Amino acid sequence: MSYDVAAVRKDFPILGREVHGKPLVFLDSAASAQKPSAVVEAMSDLYLRHYANVHRGVYQLSLEATEMLEAVRDKVAAFLGAGDRREIVFVRNATEALNLVAYSYGRQHVQAGDEVLVTHMEHHANFVPWQVLCEERGARLRVAPIDDRGALILEEFEKLLSPRTKLAAFAHVSNVLGTVNPVRELSRLCRERGIPTVIDGAQAVPHQHVDVGAIGCDFYTFSGHKLFGPTGVGVLWGRAELLEAMPPFLTGGSMIESVTLERTTFAGIPQRFEAGTPDIGCIVGLGAAIDYVEGLGLDAITAYERELLTYTEAQLATVPGLRMLGTAPHKAAVMSLVMDDVHPHDLGTILDREGVAVRTGHHCAQPLMERFGVPATARASLALYNDEADVDALVRALHVAREVFAA
Amino acid sequence: MSDLRELYQSVILDHNRKPRNFGAPAGSNRHAEGHNPLCGDHLSVHLRLVDGIVEDAGFEGHGCAISKASASLMTEAVKGRSATDVEKLFQSFHDMVTSDPRSEPWTEKSEDLGKLAVFGGVREFPMRVKCATLCWHTLRSALADGGEVSTE
Repeated sequence: MSYDVAAVRKDFPILGREVHGKPLVFLDSAASAQKPSAVVEAMSDLYLRHYANVHRGVYQLSLEATEMLEAVRDKVAAFLGAGDRREIVFVRNATEALNLVAYSYGRQHVQAGDEVLVTHMEHHANFVPWQVLCEERGARLRVAPIDDRGALILEEFEKLLSPRTKLAAFAHVSNVLGTVNPVRELSRLCRERGIPTVIDGAQAVPHQHVDVGAIGCDFYTFSGHKLFGPTGVGVLWGRAELLEAMPPFLTGGSMIESVTLERTTFAGIPQRFEAGTPDIGCIVGLGAAIDYVEGLGLDAITAYERELLTYTEAQLATVPGLRMLGTAPHKAAVMSLVMDDVHPHDLGTILDREGVAVRTGHHCAQPLMERFGVPATARASLALYNDEADVDALVRALHVAREVFAA
Repeated sequence: MSDLRELYQSVILDHNRKPRNFGAPAGSNRHAEGHNPLCGDHLSVHLRLVDGIVEDAGFEGHGCAISKASASLMTEAVKGRSATDVEKLFQSFHDMVTSDPRSEPWTEKSEDLGKLAVFGGVREFPMRVKCATLCWHTLRSALADGGEVSTE
């Protein structure tokens, strides 16, 4: 069966609205994706019919809410190919997941003179926590370089792995360049040397099937809101033996075994890392989002987006004075655009007036912007609900920008 | 397209392409840096301030068309003015770009904005107000004896 994008679009009511009198063309899913009705309905159903705090009450509602939340843990475990449901920790977003690893695992294992390896294409969320950790510990942050097309230079990455390397952190897919990193290969190189790996999967999970077992990494993180789920929920997957040896990140209710005036002992995993009442509604919404993408089929989504990316690249090539950063051989549907004589911020305003929503700025990746010698780009990113008409509207709007600035 | 033309008037496009007073003027004695962390814009404003009068003004940095043109036109507008006059001019400019576009059409107030009135279209684009005002905040910081300002 071929992929029916028209039917998919109907699942996202927001795509039917207008902006500045033009049909909305939403090309900013890499920042945050739109939500299908099923996600909103699942959250409503929880709040209207089943809501109570979880893991506490002996009464029926609390039991129902707890079951709904824990069912999502099973769902996420299956979604990521994790063998053990206790390896799924609910957090607020990928940023919090990465910070959890930096604070808990990082502070336990990284000492003065050690090194942490990241890549030059990281989002600040997978860069700043490691930079701060290294500063605090007197450790050294090493940065694996990328080539001019935006691909990681594998040999350089390998050269930077040393007995001092205590951890390597890298994106699965770059949020600016769309580069898909060879995460299996990178994880293998690290594993052979006994170096734990942390993967920022925020830009990968909405577009492709992910199997943490097959990748062979040690930690994997993502945000619910980029996966068509609500804001306020993210996931940390970590190998059980690593999580079990890690101290808590946040402390308080729900994460304890017993508390006396003298001392506290902590709960096992994953509760040890889930202090306080979780965002129950959002976790339930995330479950519905996973059902949604699995219903369409992640392989079907990947194939459809690859086709649409090919179409988009061909169309963008017709716009004079337009350049795309990030042309790695293996790339996802993220286009970072730079137009001669038109600052990305101006481009974003002009596109908006044409109904086209793109992200402009440094995309929380300032070291990467510096690498390419630009202060900012205008980024168009595609998702499972975009179609050729969206791409055509983008191209028309880019021509309008050229006209405005030619005056 | 018409409101885009209202924003990107030919004077603005001209100053974007050929910014005036780019660089620090000779004998400049005041300086401040401005950042807009949201879009990565960065500019510095240099002044030669003598007896409370802005004898010369210049700017450096990079940014969008609105921020570059605003800095260029601002440096032209403030030359020869007293610090008190510059402050009044800033207030009029600020009122213009932040006035509610749904209310009465904005009309020039007592202070003559002159060429700066081309930024009147900015009020239709609330997300771009900071682009137009970053140079002014930086200028005021320079007058107040330097430092760094940020729009955030």
